[in-house]
Amino acid sequence: MKRNLLKNNGVQSLLASLVCIVLGLFLGYVVLLIINPAGAGEAILTVIKNFLTYNRPASQLKYLGNTLVKTAPLLMCALAILFAYKVGLFNIGAAGQYCFGVALCLYAALGLKWSWLPCMLLAILGGAFLGGISGVLKSYCNVNEVISGIMLNWIVLYLTNMLLTTVKEATSPYTLALSTTNPSALLPSLGLGKLFNNNQYVGLAIPLSILMAILVWVVLGKTKFGYELKATGFNKNAAKYCGMAEKRNVILSLMISGALAGMGAAMLYLTGYEQWQCSTSSVPAMGFNGIAAAFLGGLNPLGTVLASFFIQHITAGGAYVDKSMYCAQISDLISAIIIYLCGFVLFMKYAMNRSAAKREEKAALKAKAAAEQDASDRKGGDQA
Amino acid sequence: MSLLLQYTLIFASVLILVALGGCFSEHSGVINLGLEGIMIMGALGGALTMRSMADNPSRLLVILAVILVSALVGMLYSCLLAVACINFKADQTLVGTALNLLGTAGATVIVKAINTAANPDDVSSIIQYVGAKKAFTVTIGSFEFSWFMLVTAILLVASYILLYKTRFGLRLMACGEHPQAADSVGINVYKMRWAGVLISGFLGGLGGIVFITAGVSEWRFEYGVAGFGFLSLAVMIFGQWKPQRIALAALLFGFFRALGNVYTGFAFLKALNVPSSVYNMLPYIISLIVLAFTSKSSRAPKAEGIPYDKGQR
Repeated sequence: MKRNLLKNNGVQSLLASLVCIVLGLFLGYVVLLIINPAGAGEAILTVIKNFLTYNRPASQLKYLGNTLVKTAPLLMCALAILFAYKVGLFNIGAAGQYCFGVALCLYAALGLKWSWLPCMLLAILGGAFLGGISGVLKSYCNVNEVISGIMLNWIVLYLTNMLLTTVKEATSPYTLALSTTNPSALLPSLGLGKLFNNNQYVGLAIPLSILMAILVWVVLGKTKFGYELKATGFNKNAAKYCGMAEKRNVILSLMISGALAGMGAAMLYLTGYEQWQCSTSSVPAMGFNGIAAAFLGGLNPLGTVLASFFIQHITAGGAYVDKSMYCAQISDLISAIIIYLCGFVLFMKYAMNRSAAKREEKAALKAKAAAEQDASDRKGGDQA
Repeated sequence: MSLLLQYTLIFASVLILVALGGCFSEHSGVINLGLEGIMIMGALGGALTMRSMADNPSRLLVILAVILVSALVGMLYSCLLAVACINFKADQTLVGTALNLLGTAGATVIVKAINTAANPDDVSSIIQYVGAKKAFTVTIGSFEFSWFMLVTAILLVASYILLYKTRFGLRLMACGEHPQAADSVGINVYKMRWAGVLISGFLGGLGGIVFITAGVSEWRFEYGVAGFGFLSLAVMIFGQWKPQRIALAALLFGFFRALGNVYTGFAFLKALNVPSSVYNMLPYIISLIVLAFTSKSSRAPKAEGIPYDKGQR
């Protein structure tokens, strides 16, 4: 019997994600239509095209490079969310862990003049420390990790502003430029920048983030450690009964999740692509977009790579819309709609399974009916 | 001193309203992490009403209209949560988070669109409501009384009665404790959960407008509501899901939040020379510490967060 494609879990995830994307873009288009019908079609195309809005291939390559530079930290945040979610934890604190990573790596680079590797390690440790706080609160004090995560996000935001004010430019609210203050802290380019029309920001971060995605996939799917973590996520009490240290597992997975987010921060801010604004009034959206990317990727580390690129692609595309009619936040709106729709993925899979089952049942009935028909025909033949 | 009292009361009002919203939703069995988004949407509705009624001479009319619109917008927005979590059994944490992101992004897009339509050079996300805001306050000496405080007090008492003294409230709580048992005696769990979420939308939307009118007379919607929805959830947990305790918890949290606004008025606090960021962090730090000590003996509704499936009995 032919295997039904619809019953394959991977195919289902892919289909569901595509439905979310198409519906999300469509609803975004409807919002644009309501705001101003005149330019809606063009605006949504701009969002989808992003760097392709440039005509010259050279500029296209350069801006593709920029999108990739910001995809790397997004991918790390998405992996952070995904890792914790596989252990049954919703690490919304990834945004704060990312923020803390920014604070530490920039302070180490600009204030202490460290080179890039120790800066990045510090950011990783910082993220892990913050994740650890949430983990300890969760496993020993029964505090919901979402609420402690949000509280830590706000605390860290103010801390970051305080810390980075000590290394900011005298006349602007931004931190000192990395390339002039301490070039040794810039991530090595590995010659990758040349591939993207000499984009100086492209470098180590991009292959490293993909490597981390593969590593997460291996750890979660192929090791005993990953198995224990997932078992803890499925049923804490059963895991404890089997002799797994469930408290340690919760803390450890939030620490790893935080480390991934902190590493993502170093991957963006140590390229010198962005400077931190010391009067920032809300945590960077990177951590929250990570939620979108993780769920859109079907909670698969490798699917997340593609989803991260897509989310960053439309976020960057939003910056190109006609500002006299629309605002750049339309991309945020679209990714928020996509996250909301991801809530329905479970239902979509259920519906697909049911329709596949129904079809199979029908086919089985038909076959049975045909067989009976066949038998009665033969019987009839015998009697005659 | 009266300024500190005033800010404490108004911030406590916000926390009480929103925490009560969370309380109703959780008692019915749905964790409402989207309160932050509901607050933003309610605030948006209220702020737009206030701006359009700026010259209306009738105070009562302005107050009623603003309260009604914010609450209704909050309820409408909470339908998104209800549909996904009750009828489609979606992950409540994920959908709540999505509502928060959607709230900030959506409100920003809407406000910017309105501002840009009115004046092509105006690309800000600010709504001003100086005129109508006056309708809500009565000055008694140096204390500025806000009608929202009275509304909150009334709603607090009403919530207590609704939850503990009526058939509806007791049935609602049954659905959060043991939905299967509730269903077996003929209570429609889906309907009850819808009711819980809608009430939380009502109170959350109202809390949103109270929050943005608390200290300022214009609001930049890109900021959202600064984590107040989550602070309210912390208040709710600290208050052990009971209205009377929630009120006390809200006063405590409101006090620390107010301190950040008015600490410069106290000579001894100013002399400490602590940076203002520390005062801004204070409510969040306090809530973390408080949660760490109170969550252990949590009396959360037993079935909260688990989608109800009629087939699983």
